[in-house]
Amino acid sequence: MNRSLYLFAAIIGSFALSCYALVIMPKCQLGGLQPQTVEDEGKIVDIYPIKNVSVEKGRAVYASEGCFYCHSQQIRDEQNGTDIERGWGARRTVARDYLFEKKPYLGSMRLGPDLSNVGSAKWRNEPENEDPKYKPAKRDAAWQLLHLYAPRTVISISNMPPYRYLFETKKIGGERSADALALTGPNKPKPGYEVVPKPEAKALVAYLMSLDKSHPLKEVKGSAPEVAAK
Amino acid sequence: MTAAALAPTPTTAAPAAPSAAQALATERAAIDASASGPVLFCFGNAILWLLLTTVLGLISSIQLHSPGFLANIPFLTYGRILPAYNNALSYGWATLSGMGVAIWLLARLCRVQIKLPGVLVTGAVFWQVGLTIGIVQILAGKSTGVEGLEIPGSAAVLMLFGYLLIGLWGALLFGYRRQAPAYISVWYLVAALFWFPWTFAVAHVAMALPSVQGVVQSMVAAWAMQNFLNVFITAIGLAAAYYLIPKVINRPIHSYHLASTGFWAFILFAGLTGAVRLSGGPVPVWLVTLSIAATILLIVQIVTVSTNLILTMRGEYHMVYHSPTIRFTFFGAIAFTIASVVGLLASLRSVDHVLHFTFFQTAQTHLLLYAFFSMVMFGAIYYILPRLVGCEWLSSSMISLHFWGSAYGGGMLIAMLAIGGIAFGSALADPEAIFSQVIQDGAVYYIAGSIAWGMIAIGHLVFALHFLLMLLRIGQPGGEPTLFAPIGEEKH
Ligand code: HEC
Repeated sequence: MNRSLYLFAAIIGSFALSCYALVIMPKCQLGGLQPQTVEDEGKIVDIYPIKNVSVEKGRAVYASEGCFYCHSQQIRDEQNGTDIERGWGARRTVARDYLFEKKPYLGSMRLGPDLSNVGSAKWRNEPENEDPKYKPAKRDAAWQLLHLYAPRTVISISNMPPYRYLFETKKIGGERSADALALTGPNKPKPGYEVVPKPEAKALVAYLMSLDKSHPLKEVKGSAPEVAAK
Repeated sequence: MTAAALAPTPTTAAPAAPSAAQALATERAAIDASASGPVLFCFGNAILWLLLTTVLGLISSIQLHSPGFLANIPFLTYGRILPAYNNALSYGWATLSGMGVAIWLLARLCRVQIKLPGVLVTGAVFWQVGLTIGIVQILAGKSTGVEGLEIPGSAAVLMLFGYLLIGLWGALLFGYRRQAPAYISVWYLVAALFWFPWTFAVAHVAMALPSVQGVVQSMVAAWAMQNFLNVFITAIGLAAAYYLIPKVINRPIHSYHLASTGFWAFILFAGLTGAVRLSGGPVPVWLVTLSIAATILLIVQIVTVSTNLILTMRGEYHMVYHSPTIRFTFFGAIAFTIASVVGLLASLRSVDHVLHFTFFQTAQTHLLLYAFFSMVMFGAIYYILPRLVGCEWLSSSMISLHFWGSAYGGGMLIAMLAIGGIAFGSALADPEAIFSQVIQDGAVYYIAGSIAWGMIAIGHLVFALHFLLMLLRIGQPGGEPTLFAPIGEEKH
């Protein structure tokens, strides 16, 4: 019996160690993390990150369609890959960036580009290139909707799956809808019909456009103006 | 204390007198009869999941090179098929087949008949119901959104309850064992039975706690995923390999001492490797460093287990030509060595930053989960099933065909994922490379991957059919195992 006692002790002890080192310790270290603040006329104001509840619905669509199995949301530093040079972000992301995300979509696979900063005007997925084939297009909400409906209409070599079921084709009743997609070629609906985004698609695009983790942080070297951070 | 705690291999329990041999045989038959209900239930359901996994794997693979494939059906979109595939593979096929093998091995090695096997079946039913609900919810777009822990809490509770019934019964078998010092396989099994529910419960509770947010959430998920693979799955696979190889070739394991050293290294370090999954990410650096160190220290286990199994086989390699069990199990043992060495190298930061976020990681998972674990489970099922149903496998060519599909198809799939991952990672190391073009260029690997899936599917279908025939008692008369070729044929 004695020997099996050792065995049990070892198994329980090793589990406790594993749980302590990989779950409890990081929780203690990061549990107290706070947003970055500035002093504004004697008052301390949170500036980053700010909780944005208006895009929660879009976040949920992002999760339920499983976009994060192809897209990461984490930028690594220059020593670890080419994320920054590629134009996906200006600095690496750190724990504080995800402070208000109950479930951060860090991702473990990149079949598509990283989306941490896809809502920022500076984001790009092509090298700065004069070749019109690769010249960055303007990514506004209409572009994103078009891309979701039929990725190859905007990126000819895209390998992203289309998400047509987030849209509906309906008969134009009187006026053309303001958010109808500007489709051409084989994707163009029958005359008299138009393709409009369902609420899920609009929420998803609003979420995408909100993604921006480029605010300077003091713990990321070279990203924060000395004075701003506290 | 460590080495002494190891009992001799089961094969060395050579009977002194014919009457003792008879007594032993009767005892074994009684144990097998008591285990047959729950074990067959686990195997049968595991194989149903294996078939579903095959379909999902094939679809997701085709979608990689033809993104439009089934894309207009919401529940078949890539982002839902992939997690459904992963969960069906891990918690359906792997866990249920592992449970079946674990129950049978524990009963045999502890020499205890299973009392109230209905409890085990009930546990498996709960698991099954919970998992089915979970997979349906994933396909319906209601997953938790946490990679690796997609199954929603309500379904996970059912699974956990079912597991606890099974685990508790396993612990009771151990408590009542009649074979005093426990064999190395029993150590691994007890470790597996204990680690899994705790990891699963801690992870799901942490996910539900409001205070756990941000990247802590991702760390918990990485920890849980890695524990599942590196502790639970690995332990059951090694327990089976340590039992089957000596048993079939009828010779004790090479060294008890090596086996126990390997076990202690495993139990100490395997649970600390989780954070390699977040290497380079927005988590504390010490955490990743700790996990890399633990991965490197696991080399003690890799070396001891591999040497031990290979030296046990020494001089008996011809058995892979004869015995289906040995062919599958030894393939798995070699895959374990390869998977571990690859895992070690890939955890190093200089390698990781190229291969992170590529299919190389999927290749690693499949090396462990398929080439090692599943192959050992196939071997175990080929060994155990005749003892439960009373007849032998009908056709050695069907077994051959299954091996062909799983070994060559699986091997090709893993190779394509690995090479594709390396190609992809190295291409992206050049910041001027056009991302979408690099992805497009991978199409050749994805197409080869789909062909490999086709081969795997043939293997699995044949296996499932063969299993069904066994359940219907259509097979060779019991007694002599079905071999690929009679032993002694090619010994000149
Ligand atoms: C099978 C993998 C896959 C899935 C799943 C996937 N994507 Fe993509 N995504 C890609 C690829 C490949 C690209 C690069 C080619 C392109 O831009 O279309 C991309 C590009 C993008 C871009 C950047 C487009 C640009 O150049 O500005 C956005 C935004 C995007 N995806 C959003 C999403 C969203 C939202 C979802 C979930 C509804 C999703 N993706 C699901 C593969 C995927």
